[in-house]
Parts: sequence; structure tokens; C-alpha cells
Amino acid sequence: MNNNHSITFTVNGTQYNRTVEPRILLSDFLRHELGLTGTHVGCEHGVCGTCTILFDGQPIRSCLTLAVQSNGHELITVEGLGTPENLHPIQNAFWEAHGLQCGFCTPGILLTLVPFLAENPNPSEGEIRIAISGNLCRCTGYQHIVDAVKLAAQAA
Amino acid sequence: MKPPPFDYIAPDSLEEALELLAQHGDDIKILAGGQSLIPALNFRLAQPTILLDINSVPGLDYIRAENGNGGIQLGAMVRQRKMERDNLIAARAPLLHETMPFIAHPQIRNRGTLGGSMAHADPAAEMPVIAVASEALITIQSSRGKRIASARDFFKGMFMVDCNPTEMLVEVEWPVLPERSGTAFVELARRHGDYAMMGVATVVSMNDDGSCASARLVYLNAGDAPVFAEKAAHTLIGEAPTEELFSAAAEIASKEEMDPFGNLHASPEYQRHLAGVLTVRALKRAFEKAAEGDW
Repeated sequence: MNNNHSITFTVNGTQYNRTVEPRILLSDFLRHELGLTGTHVGCEHGVCGTCTILFDGQPIRSCLTLAVQSNGHELITVEGLGTPENLHPIQNAFWEAHGLQCGFCTPGILLTLVPFLAENPNPSEGEIRIAISGNLCRCTGYQHIVDAVKLAAQAA
Repeated sequence: MKPPPFDYIAPDSLEEALELLAQHGDDIKILAGGQSLIPALNFRLAQPTILLDINSVPGLDYIRAENGNGGIQLGAMVRQRKMERDNLIAARAPLLHETMPFIAHPQIRNRGTLGGSMAHADPAAEMPVIAVASEALITIQSSRGKRIASARDFFKGMFMVDCNPTEMLVEVEWPVLPERSGTAFVELARRHGDYAMMGVATVVSMNDDGSCASARLVYLNAGDAPVFAEKAAHTLIGEAPTEELFSAAAEIASKEEMDPFGNLHASPEYQRHLAGVLTVRALKRAFEKAAEGDW
């Protein structure tokens, strides 16, 4: 079955033209074809949230989207947030507040929070907990993540 | 955990999509938001020959009030996140508005669609239940024309709907509520956004004397399709809304009118218990809103 499709899309400001087999998940495409391994893959059925990326500015599960569906769209992955020398303010808050331990869930949580904080610059603790309810973390017990979000909101 | 191979077609008109369904319906799965279908592909529970992606079909993502009957019409491809934030829905369809945040997580709602959730017909999902409670009307289209089904007739069983392989769900209409109406949606999940162990949607209206004029109670995860508790709702009609009345209705609905399966987190007995508790809460809130008259 040769059914490959040509797609054009933007990731972290860089435009790509690629040919994809339609069954390739966007999460696998980002990691294996583009080498953007900051997007992590956990459950592959939409429960854990670690593969969350921004699709036209809004967070989505990249494991529940086919790469071929990104044709014409703009994506942001964790590689597009900051650099080790120049962290994004939310990354900096996670650093300061110990918002991560193993770090596996962190990319998905950061990309969930970027639009959340843009829309809710001063969130309550309850709002923060609902905002991250779609992301599982097995290390922190979430408390330090919530602290980091509060810190990021204050710093902004 | 990777999808099996399939042919992928992304038509750019509804006519083309319907023509493909007419020709190859049995071999096609329609890809809307993909938030249930892609997990099913990943698990290889679904192995369609052709995946018909309707995300590039224009004109299916409208929210409007154009039929002149006070109701609102929603295109099948409206994203759930858009519904959650829409002012027309907030003003005209209070049950829909209040239920949206319970549907999965923002990341899922950003992709998930109204039509996808309806056509998937998961008995634990919120959308089918509120559609039945709202007496929503579903428009189904094929290359040969359109037909309309009531939500109550549309849901046939677990993942089964009244829509054959050559047809596509294209619109859902949410009728206007009568005067002095109130709605409520209540569910209990272990984690916000997860499938609920039990949930209930209710729509009630009051007579001028404060007695109950109409009532509907519909449950999720209480059987193999949205469970319409007709007998329980009927006991409310004509009565003054009191907590004793709600408890009696809750008893009938939870003991006589549902058949919950139970799962790892909740036994059928516990689900029935939850149904009773949630029914009282839902009716209380719905009648309070009806009394205030500001649905």
C-alpha cells in the first residue's frame, strides 16, 4: 500500500516539507523523523499527557493526532519554549520550585501551561489543579508543580 | 501501539465525502477529532481499510440559531473546546454549557468534536447523555439526502447508533428550553476529566404554581447506552419539588431503571448508590434554577 502524503507545516518556527505514511502518529513523527525528542511518549492512548504539544497555539495530544493532519498547521514543542541558557519563564519557575523530578511528564505539562497562563494570568490553586488534570506525574505528587505554576504567575 | 496501515483520504467538500461513503461505506471509518478513534487504532481495535478524514471539509463547524425556533444548530465538526467557550451556547443551551468542562481534558477538547462524540456513542460519555436529556435532534446525511433522528432514537447500544455506513452525522440541534426551566449535570470521577463512575443530566420545568411541569433524567455509565429514567421522572410531574420527592425518584431510577456494569473502581451496587446521591443533587440544582427562571 503506497499511500504516502506530502505535507507542509511549521514546528517551532521552522517550515518542513515531508512525505509521511498516514498511519504515523504526530508524536512519533516529531521524535523519529524530525529528531525532536523533547516530546515524550507515554501511554499512546491519550491518558498521560506527556506528548502534549501546541497545535495552532492550543495544547493537544500528539499521540492522538496523525502526522498527516498537521499539514498547514503551526506546532510548538518543548524545544520551542526556551534554551538551557535562556529558559522560558515557566521553565524557570519549575527549576526554582522543584516542579520536576524525573522530568518525563514535564514537556507535556509545560506546553499545557503556556496557553493556560496566557489566558489565566492569576489562577487559583483549584484552577491550576484542573488545568494540569490531564497530565500524569508519578514523582512529585503535584504539589511542587502547583507551586511552580503559582511562581510563574507571580513572576509574569 | 501503532495504527495498522490504511488508505487515507481527506476530501475538501461534504459532497465528495458523502460520495466516498456511498461507494465504500463498509470499509470506511470517519476521522473527526480522533480522540476515541486514534486510541482504537493505536490498540488495533479498529482496522479500517480507509480512513476518511473530514477535518478539511468546510462548513461543518458552525454554531448558529437560524431555524427560527429558538434552538441552536451545531455542525458535527465543532470542537468541544469551542463549545465550552461559545456565548450562544452559554445563553441558549445551559445544560450543554455546564457539561463541557467535564468532557475529558482541555487537550482532548481542543481536538474532540461534537459529532465524533455522538457517533462514537460511548455509554460513559457525557455528550450522548445531555443530547438525550435535551431532546436534541440529529441530522444524518448521505449522498441520497438528509434525515433527522431524535437523540433518544439515535443511540442504540454500546458504540451503536442509528447511522448506517453510507451516512454521516452532520448536525445536532439543541431545542430551546421552555419558560421556567432548569438544568443540571452532575458526575463523579476519580480524576477530573476521566470517565465518570456515574453521572446524571436533568432538564426540568415548573408550572406557575411552582409544581413540576416536566422532567427528564438521563444517566451515563448506567447501561449500554444513555439510560433514560422515565418512571422516576414521571413521579415528579405535578408535584411540588421537595427533597423527599427527589429521593423517591432517585430510588426508582437507581434501583429499577438502570443496569450498571461495574468496573475496577466501582461495583454495580456502588454505581447505583452514586446514581441515587447524584440524582438528588441534580434535581435540587435544576429546580433551584427553574425557580429563579434564569437558565
